[in-house]
Amino acid sequence: MSDWPLWEVFVRSKGGLAHRHFGSVHAPDAEIALRHARDTYTRRMEGVSLWVVRSSDIVASDPDDAGQLFEPAADKVYRHPTFYEIPDEVKHI
Amino acid sequence: MPSLPPIRPEDVAVAEKTRPHGAFDPPSDAHDPVRAGYLMRLGDDALILGQRLSEWCGHAPSVEVDLSLANVALDLIGQATLLLNEAGDADTLAFKRDVLDFRNCWLVEQPNGDFARTMVRQLLFSTWQHMLYQRLTASRDEALAGIAAKAVKEVAYHRELAAEWVIRLGDGTEESTKRTLDGLAWCWRFVPELFEVDAEVEAAVSAGIAVDPRDFEAEYRAEITRALGEAGLPVPDDQRPILGGRRGHHSEHLGHLLAIMQYLPRTYPDAKW
Repeated sequence: MSDWPLWEVFVRSKGGLAHRHFGSVHAPDAEIALRHARDTYTRRMEGVSLWVVRSSDIVASDPDDAGQLFEPAADKVYRHPTFYEIPDEVKHI
Repeated sequence: MPSLPPIRPEDVAVAEKTRPHGAFDPPSDAHDPVRAGYLMRLGDDALILGQRLSEWCGHAPSVEVDLSLANVALDLIGQATLLLNEAGDADTLAFKRDVLDFRNCWLVEQPNGDFARTMVRQLLFSTWQHMLYQRLTASRDEALAGIAAKAVKEVAYHRELAAEWVIRLGDGTEESTKRTLDGLAWCWRFVPELFEVDAEVEAAVSAGIAVDPRDFEAEYRAEITRALGEAGLPVPDDQRPILGGRRGHHSEHLGHLLAIMQYLPRTYPDAKW
């Protein structure tokens, strides 16, 4: 329905993992948004927990500011923790 | 989309090896007419409503609602497959019986009407089915108890989804309220059939297979009254009940539904895909 607001959907794939952005749904209110998210994004056992948030409530960075926001990090390799060896047993880093 | 490679004989051999033991064996007590008859009623309810709901596919008010309805339809067709495979062979029962041999209730075969009528029908049916399946998990028939235990979670969701929509439509705009009231007026006369107990159900209850639906009629009426109250809708006056689906007496609508559902297997018998 054209007057339904848009909601962003976040799915936790399994216990211990963070919720990840999956997509969006239209719905008249939060309760129905949660049901639409369930029916649209978790039909094939993709998740154990759902979040929905109104798209209009998300504060986003301006793509035109990408230069000043992100480019200064490009040459600062020392900020990456890549100089450590990660044991095989450690997952999800 | 690239097409799938053809199935090779060695794939068939692997599939045969991994097939669960007894998966396609005929049910051990298919000869028990009381049991098979009761399972057929439950299976036909699920099958016919599943087919009805699938008519919404591609026509729902929004793509999200389209998916919701298709999910409910698929849940119901899954339940029908399990139940009818206990009563006999599901495909044969679904595609090779004629109208008079179907044992579903009148409510599930009613045309979808608009979205409001579809949701009212779903609320009336899923609430009944949920209360029934909750009790059938204690059936003495292990297979039926198992199917009920699996299905009861699906049905709980259908019931909540339908209630949410009826509340929003009933308590929505002037137009949505009017349509929901119309849907309720259409469906209400089919409710008493859900609680009808004939000799066949009595025999199945005595055998410990079935549940007497009258045990939860008061609870059902209270729950529907509560949901309608939340939707700001009055409980309709009781009308002359329409009965007979369990004996094969159906509305004209079922024949049209079956003509579509059975067309392919009847035109191309034993077609494989």
